[in-house]
Amino acid sequence: MMAKETAYTQVELMATIAARMLDDGRSVFVGTGLPVIAAMLAQKSNAPNLLIIYEAGGIGPQSPVIPVSVGDSRTFYHGVAASSMHDVMAATQAGYVDYGFLGAAQIDMLGNINTTVIGDYENPKVRLPGSGGANDVGSLCHKTIIVMKQDEKRFVKKLDFMTTPGYLAGPGERERVGLPRDTGPYRVITQLGVYGFNSQTKRMMLISRHPGVNIEEIKKNCGFDLLVPPVVMDSEIPTGKELRILREIDPGSIVLGRS
Amino acid sequence: MNDTETIAEGHGQLVGFRDPDENRRWVLENKSRKLEDKRMSAKEAVSRLVQSGDFIASGGFGHVRVSMAIIYEIIRQRKQGLTMAGKTAVHDIDLLVASGCVDKVEAAYSFGYELRGLSHASRRAVEKGRCKVVSEISNAAYQWRFLAGMMGIPFIPSRTLLGTDTFKKSSAKAVTCPFTNKPLALIPSCNPDVGVVHVHRCDEYGNAQIDGALIEDFELSRASRKLIVTTEEVTPHKRIRVEPWQTAIPFYFVDAVVEIPYGAHPCQMPLKYFFDEEHISEWLNLSKDDDGVREYLDKYVHSVESFKEYLRLVGGQRKLRQLERIEKRGGLRPRGTK
Repeated sequence: MMAKETAYTQVELMATIAARMLDDGRSVFVGTGLPVIAAMLAQKSNAPNLLIIYEAGGIGPQSPVIPVSVGDSRTFYHGVAASSMHDVMAATQAGYVDYGFLGAAQIDMLGNINTTVIGDYENPKVRLPGSGGANDVGSLCHKTIIVMKQDEKRFVKKLDFMTTPGYLAGPGERERVGLPRDTGPYRVITQLGVYGFNSQTKRMMLISRHPGVNIEEIKKNCGFDLLVPPVVMDSEIPTGKELRILREIDPGSIVLGRS
Repeated sequence: MNDTETIAEGHGQLVGFRDPDENRRWVLENKSRKLEDKRMSAKEAVSRLVQSGDFIASGGFGHVRVSMAIIYEIIRQRKQGLTMAGKTAVHDIDLLVASGCVDKVEAAYSFGYELRGLSHASRRAVEKGRCKVVSEISNAAYQWRFLAGMMGIPFIPSRTLLGTDTFKKSSAKAVTCPFTNKPLALIPSCNPDVGVVHVHRCDEYGNAQIDGALIEDFELSRASRKLIVTTEEVTPHKRIRVEPWQTAIPFYFVDAVVEIPYGAHPCQMPLKYFFDEEHISEWLNLSKDDDGVREYLDKYVHSVESFKEYLRLVGGQRKLRQLERIEKRGGLRPRGTK
């Protein structure tokens, strides 16, 4: 029987899995939404020396609660610097940032992502905000982690718009167009499972499935041909301590309350 | 060394670009190097410095340190046909598009409210064709447009944007780098007609100090042809001279100094006051349809004469003190409040 305090939501599971991916002593560039809460959870649990970087210039904050905006004063609360976008983007381009942490509206099997429009560009069904810092993070960080909701409209064969580069058209393409060497998507985390990329083909492959999720369900919610290895692990569920921290850093359920 | 050749080209509209020689001449003829008292009202600053059809850029980031007093004044004066830099522009661009003042946007991040969701009004305007996105760009590339603009050079090289649709819809080009022989993006410079920046304190000449992250206002204020600085307080000139290293924007870039306490409301002013979530929600609810947009603009912009009157309407001193208390607590709300 599951104790009440260890019951968790999909968002809490995704945030916990994302947090555990961040190694201590590394740096992470954090985009808006779920990445914020995951990076802060990591800092308060498995990675106390994680260097958190926000695009408006907040560096190394130790904030008790999550910022609502990746530019608000909590992005440098008890931090090491409150500098500028040029400063953090230049450092990212120069190789100082290990992980980039993004959300997305659509992704394809090579990890390219869309946050610009749904539908035709000239007559969009939905106009989304655009790149923001996503193109920069996806271009310039050493490893990109994407946290998003999964269904067949989001995991698509063809993006409506390629806002941010994954592996572009395939192996070697990032270097060919001039992006920094040995960069690209590293993991994708959804409410169903965790995905990586095949080292040869750069195609997305399943790594682990969340509790209660079967592989058929994962395939049904994916619009492209997903690589499924013979051995698929089970995702580890959040601990009581992790859940307590998540609820402390987001007391108003700004992120945790999102479906 | 190889010849530098263009290998790819974005087809977005190139907005705010000036030939550096033309801009130098404009600076020579129009920017004063004298210490002059530049204090004026928001009304005067907007009527003197913002022309219909201008390309404008607003400082801060999202809902943070934005000169909302000038945004409301632009709407009140019904400026038309403006193009705006959508450089993580949230509440400012949403209102300016909703009111019909801005009808063209170069978008890095626009039509969204970060964690608060998507905007209703400006997104509707784009989806219905009332507002056109003339080009796409990223946040880093946008502030590098301003960096090139402030440096008086036509572009800045970068390794971002490459290989994507964002590049194809941008005004950037890609060339083979003459040093590495690898492809490289060239981000064109940008010198907006008007920049608008809100600061913590500033003297009467325009020497401005900003607490907290500068975001991209260092570059934006230096790249803008005309610059309106709104300030929480006008500080004595001698205070600037005591700590000149605190000056984020020196006076010779500044054309107007407008003293407006709480001038960023309902946005956050770092270390001074918090977001007014109640007011932001009111706008997000009303802006779900065009009637609601009109209701909001009538109530908060057109039926008041000044930002001071607007502040009384949104809750006055009691509300503002509350927002100050929340900001002082690092964003932690007093128990029992939402």
